[in-house]
Amino acid sequence: MTGGAGTGTVLDVERVVGVVAAGAQSLVEGLPSALPAADTLIQANAVDYLILAVYFAFVLGIGLLARRSVSDSVDFFLSGRSLPAWVTGLAFISANLGAVEIMGMSANGAQFGIPTVHYFWVGAIPAMLFLGVVMMPFYYGSKVRSVPEFMFRRFGTGAHLVNAISFAVAQLLIAGVNLYLLGSIVHALLGWPLWVALIIAAIIVLSYITLGGLSAAIYNEVLQFFVIVASLLPLVLLGLRKVGGYDGLKAKLTQVAETAPASAGVPPASQQLESWPGNALTGFDNGFLSVVGIVFGLGFVLSFGYWTTNFVEVQRAMASESISAARKTPVIGAFPKMFVPFLTIFPGMLAAVLVKEIVELKQGGSPAGGASGEGVKYNDSLLYLMRDLLPNGLLGLAITGLLAAFMAGMAANISAFNTVFSYDLWERYIRKDRSDDYYLRIGRLATVGATFIAIFTALVASGFGNVMDYLQTLFGFFNAPLFATFILGMFWKRMTPTAGWAGLVSGTLSAIVVAVLSEGTLGGLSLGVIPLSGQGAAFVAASTAFVVDILVSVGVTMVTEPKPASELVGLVYSETPREQRTDPNEETYPWYRRTVPLAGLALGMVVVLNVLF
Amino acid sequence: MAETHKAGAFDIRNVIGGLLAIYGVILTLMGLFGDTETEKTGGVNANLWAGLALLVVGLGFIAWARIRPIVVPEHVEPVSDDPTRPAPRKKPRSGH
Repeated sequence: MTGGAGTGTVLDVERVVGVVAAGAQSLVEGLPSALPAADTLIQANAVDYLILAVYFAFVLGIGLLARRSVSDSVDFFLSGRSLPAWVTGLAFISANLGAVEIMGMSANGAQFGIPTVHYFWVGAIPAMLFLGVVMMPFYYGSKVRSVPEFMFRRFGTGAHLVNAISFAVAQLLIAGVNLYLLGSIVHALLGWPLWVALIIAAIIVLSYITLGGLSAAIYNEVLQFFVIVASLLPLVLLGLRKVGGYDGLKAKLTQVAETAPASAGVPPASQQLESWPGNALTGFDNGFLSVVGIVFGLGFVLSFGYWTTNFVEVQRAMASESISAARKTPVIGAFPKMFVPFLTIFPGMLAAVLVKEIVELKQGGSPAGGASGEGVKYNDSLLYLMRDLLPNGLLGLAITGLLAAFMAGMAANISAFNTVFSYDLWERYIRKDRSDDYYLRIGRLATVGATFIAIFTALVASGFGNVMDYLQTLFGFFNAPLFATFILGMFWKRMTPTAGWAGLVSGTLSAIVVAVLSEGTLGGLSLGVIPLSGQGAAFVAASTAFVVDILVSVGVTMVTEPKPASELVGLVYSETPREQRTDPNEETYPWYRRTVPLAGLALGMVVVLNVLF
Repeated sequence: MAETHKAGAFDIRNVIGGLLAIYGVILTLMGLFGDTETEKTGGVNANLWAGLALLVVGLGFIAWARIRPIVVPEHVEPVSDDPTRPAPRKKPRSGH
């Protein structure tokens, strides 16, 4: 056994050296073309690269150290458990405050302004509180540890297979979004063509996954949060100072909106500065429908679907020592989450008045340049604002935060794909009962394969001017039906196994049909039959998927045979004993350590924020 | 009562604190001796202020970890495997 482990380590090192050497070689070969540095969007100097190098030395060094140390990363997990709840809450948030969120929200902020806050105050907080108050006790008590596992035990093979395949596809597509954003930063820094940047970025992520391992990934996740806050906060403060505070920002935004030609389709300033009814965001003309779209589509289907079925985050909370602590994790996470929009949306809005390229874009122009080199897009807002406001030094910090976030995001997608592919698909349906080493090899091949495929899905993502449009559409395809099936299967014990997979399939198909019929949601594939575009179309597609899934599930259940109640213990709410779901100590804590009062406070604060903006 | 030791370098607060403090030093030095580029920042020495703030926060984390160290038991129950979703079993460590 010892010899086996030793050989494995040697192989690891060889492979790692190979990957690093290949990366270094391509860097050196690419260098001559990078020399005309004046063309790059961002001019980084030696100090900026030093800051970047320190970060990766830290993360990789700790990964290697943790591997060698006898106590291993167990120390980390345990220290995580005994830390105050606010740190777990932060870890919970930073697993979500990824690249896509930062770039996507600033792009949205630049394009639509304040209504973007709905992604936080309607589209995240209520679902996080619901997760903490209602769902977490059930997860904790039923010992459900992943969505595919729940699907398999609750509905059997059909729903499991559908869920595993759609999950794997979704991870590949989202990894593409992360890779595209990573590639665009490499392009902005070095000026290489996007496809070269994508390949380099893919190599960097591969070596990061192989070198760092899990422990590095966990440290990276928490560290990245602090680095991002440390770079975005000065950016927002400097920007606000430059435009003359929030009033100055309002005045400038109004001025830009009024001077824009009608053809540019810029939303009037009143819509950009008030969160409700958010017509600009949804693309609906009717204010009432817009509110319904935001509350039902985004606030209920997309957001509850995301937070209640996203086990990457749920697992952070379940690592805590008691039900009470697990329940409080998302609730405490809700407090910092409330204020994240000020760090992500404001840079976008500031870019829309301070950066001449973004102003030009917003007024209907098509300025050259951009992170992809194919013209400026809203996605580039944050990078341009960094270029215009941050001195070298802080610039390096900001680049480091973004790169760390994109790598962490993509690494998470790739390893999620890897697990589902190796164990949920390959082992269960293709090759059963092989050795552990066999599945590890399959997993490694899957990692390389997924990274390779992500280069192509990144090219797909690069076709969208605002990655948020694309991402919400994908969530509509995959998360909305999953949420419908999950929630129905959890609360309705009669729901049958056939209904499980039939609902998932019909939900996803209906969302795709809506996206194809709308305007430009799927790029060239969309026919434009329904006059909806952008994120409004995504909300409608998600809502359709949810409703169709529920209707089909109920219909199919009526004509098929349910599972006996004895097989549903721990899987259906009513069949799970109450003592599995409650913490006896909860009552003895003061109010600020109990879940429900904290959740009430968070809800109250969100209502106040909604009234203010 | 199982034997215990301190988490030390693996305490996440030391990691956060160390990184932020290093960045604080780099940025403060940039603010003092580098090009402050005030035409970009609108007259503020952004590097200096951000650097000092990072230094304070970073040292704060390290101090916190010193004052209230985390104690880890020497023997920890291994994580139980999920039977429906088998992961590769962990190999026993070769004590090198």
